[in-house]
Amino acid sequence: MADSSPPASDPSDGATRRDFLIYAASGLGAVGAAAAVWPFIHSMNPAADTLALASTEVDISPVQEGQAITVTWRGKPVFIRHRTAAEIDAANKVDVKELRDPQTDAQRVKKPEWLIMVGVCTHLGCIPLGQKPADPKGEFGGWFCPCHGSQYDTSGRIRKGPAPLNLLVPQYTFLSDTSVRIG
Amino acid sequence: MSEQTKFDNKIVQWVDDRLPVFSILKHSAVDYPTPKNLNYWWNFGSLAGMMLVIMILTGIFLAMNYAANTGIAFNSVERIMRDVNWGWLLRYLHANGASFFFITVYIHIFRGLYYGSYKAPRELLWWLGLVIYLTMMATAFMGYVLPWGQMSFWGATVITNLFSAIPVIGDYIVTWLWGGFSVDNPTLNRFFALHYLLPFLIVAFVFLHLVALHTVKSNNPLGIDVKGPQDTIPFHPYYTVKDLVGIGAFLIVYLGVVFYAPNFFGEPDNYLPANPMQTPPHIVPEWYFLPFYAILRSIPDKLGGVICMFGAIVILFFLPWIDSSKVRSAKFRPIFKQVFWIFLADCFLLGYVGAHPPEGNLVLMGQLGTAAYFAFFPLLWIIGKLEKPRPLPQSIAQPVLKPMEKH
Repeated sequence: MADSSPPASDPSDGATRRDFLIYAASGLGAVGAAAAVWPFIHSMNPAADTLALASTEVDISPVQEGQAITVTWRGKPVFIRHRTAAEIDAANKVDVKELRDPQTDAQRVKKPEWLIMVGVCTHLGCIPLGQKPADPKGEFGGWFCPCHGSQYDTSGRIRKGPAPLNLLVPQYTFLSDTSVRIG
Repeated sequence: MSEQTKFDNKIVQWVDDRLPVFSILKHSAVDYPTPKNLNYWWNFGSLAGMMLVIMILTGIFLAMNYAANTGIAFNSVERIMRDVNWGWLLRYLHANGASFFFITVYIHIFRGLYYGSYKAPRELLWWLGLVIYLTMMATAFMGYVLPWGQMSFWGATVITNLFSAIPVIGDYIVTWLWGGFSVDNPTLNRFFALHYLLPFLIVAFVFLHLVALHTVKSNNPLGIDVKGPQDTIPFHPYYTVKDLVGIGAFLIVYLGVVFYAPNFFGEPDNYLPANPMQTPPHIVPEWYFLPFYAILRSIPDKLGGVICMFGAIVILFFLPWIDSSKVRSAKFRPIFKQVFWIFLADCFLLGYVGAHPPEGNLVLMGQLGTAAYFAFFPLLWIIGKLEKPRPLPQSIAQPVLKPMEKH
């Protein structure tokens, strides 16, 4: 056959010009194929309109001390709780070193009386109970997840059960004393 | 063309000379030499095939009336139930069909386990079966989300959140799966697209499963190799007829549920529209996922639980090499036979635990059941080394013909 003629370069080192061309061409082809896959994968990430809905403004003036409201942010519930002095006290008394996910209460709030966090259990995404007065609040007076029994304290920190982390505190800013923007 | 004439019909022969579809059909569905001693447990492969066809057929017609949009999905399903001609029948055939598809496949898998059908040379046949099983699980999970009831929504939330247990990239993966920051319209849309696609992948895997089967040939209750033509009979008419008997019996049960207890396998909560602001008090997956759900909950660590749950299936891929016994059929393996039944009972126990809230004794039962599940595999290796198998017959025909010679 015509193309079985000996390679042009020194065959003793085992590499030929043809080998190089094959590796370079298939390598570049693989890179190109990988690059072509990216638009497909990225099309499944949140779209621009989904990202545009990323912040919510809430009027918190009607929420009296000891009350809580649930608002929707990015399709998820956000718990806004107007904490009583006793609840703040209980949250501050906890020895941080004993916690699974150590955080002081001060690290979790901007104003101690307002606790704002995403109401999604960090275990597998259920919504903990504890927003309504009649709800079970668990052994630590905060929230109780009915799915797999995780219990959170008055600062939303995980105290018992399978969840690995405290309830997530979203980014938020107080626009005024009575209004807060989440996101 | 050197083709000899195989078919009486000239048109069939003309087509076959150019495109050998009739030869292939004759070779693999008519002449296929099948061991003559197959029992009724060998019916479930063809039953599973029939369920796949029923699922695809009913699914295509349901899709003509279903709308994958969170605003109208629930109502479009109710419209199918109330207004679409025979819509209730299509939906109940499809919803219960999923359960009966899994029943056939589970029996098929445990049949393979009992008779050692996963052993050489059938390793890839076994693997393809497991790939079909995994694809079925993904398809069933996404299909369950489509009616957009409470269980649909919260099942989707819990299952997709499993991936958040992956270190570092877990949260990105979950957002990517959702196409947003929670299970929402983009999620429903893509689940519908994939739910429609995956069954056709299953068809392709089934095709490969059959190609592998017809290369290595069927196993049989004795687990010994076919020695010659005296051990086999042609697939048609002997096993086509036998499969039809099984199909008749199976349809009585399946259609009995469809007509008289169509919500037997369902959860009442799924007749409530999805509410992202309220979790139902008790989330349970469909029954065919329960043992794995029990394993997930039995491990007190989130990542550990997820690893064990997926590991429970992945380990099945290694079965051909874990089992150290050369003897296939449990018929000749006295110790393995007992361990097999214990393993089966353990799977039922895990299913029971998975169906109930993790409280009290059930937590311990789940943990012991999980330990037993995983202990089965190293035990299989040890048993293969220690066990003294009973003597194998010379051939499939021998145990039948020998007594006859004496008379």
